[in-house]
Amino acid sequence: MEFFNDVIGVITAPGWRHFVGALLCAIGGVSTVIAAAGVLRFPDFYTRLHAASVTDTLGALTLILGMAFLAPGLLIVFKLILIGLFLVLTGPTSAHAIANAAYTAGLEPIIGKIGLQKAKEEDEA
Amino acid sequence: MLYVMGLATALTLLWLGMSGIYEPVVLSLGVISIAITVILATRLGLKDRETSPYHRIIPFLLYTPYLIKEILKANLTVIKAVLKPDMDIQPTMVKVKTTCRSDLAKVIFANSITLTPGTVTLRVDDDSMLVHGLYEADAQPEAFEEMDRRSSLAGDGRPSKEKGTSK
Repeated sequence: MEFFNDVIGVITAPGWRHFVGALLCAIGGVSTVIAAAGVLRFPDFYTRLHAASVTDTLGALTLILGMAFLAPGLLIVFKLILIGLFLVLTGPTSAHAIANAAYTAGLEPIIGKIGLQKAKEEDEA
Repeated sequence: MLYVMGLATALTLLWLGMSGIYEPVVLSLGVISIAITVILATRLGLKDRETSPYHRIIPFLLYTPYLIKEILKANLTVIKAVLKPDMDIQPTMVKVKTTCRSDLAKVIFANSITLTPGTVTLRVDDDSMLVHGLYEADAQPEAFEEMDRRSSLAGDGRPSKEKGTSK
């Protein structure tokens, strides 16, 4: 209960800074949850990787931006910028490493339409 | 020498930003550790264009607004694809030609492709990249031309249509 009071306190605190920060954090959290749903829904390894990269970019970066708005001092903002820079550099590199490893190992990606679209096409054919 | 200076400046900024305590004792510790790092980096021979690309910071900063715009657009596409009840994705693989010459520009281009959701670089060759895309219509080679031009501008410092090395 105390936690919820804290959350409400942050959102309703005076000043637009807290409001913007909380809003950005909420966007980041929601998009991360959507990305997790995508990882579960998409059919094969490569398409799941695309869903996961939403957490890397929109999720993590808006969360960090929101935290920067909520931060009490400029030193914290500097550290958050460094974390964001680190994520931007390492995120795609690790994603590329995983994708390249899968491709080199010979995992064949699904190409073309999938799911209901494919079923519909096969029905027509 | 210029690269050593760049490295020292970057390390100093990093120390000042990370520590937050500006007392003589802590600052002198910072000076000592920066000096040791620079000496070690020099002895390892890590002082060329590739290892301290600080001269590229301004072109790269000019590149970031475009990259952020692309990332936001691509994020919306992927989020829509995830939330659609009938999944309508069409995974595809394309070979994308690149005009980037230096390794730095190629890294910027490949990482930009991977960073935008919906496209992942699978393999990087000398002048082309293998890209896996979520939508066939969005992942045509022409779609990457602007990103290629801009990242070669950010990494090589010129919109390289002609061949040549920047090293």
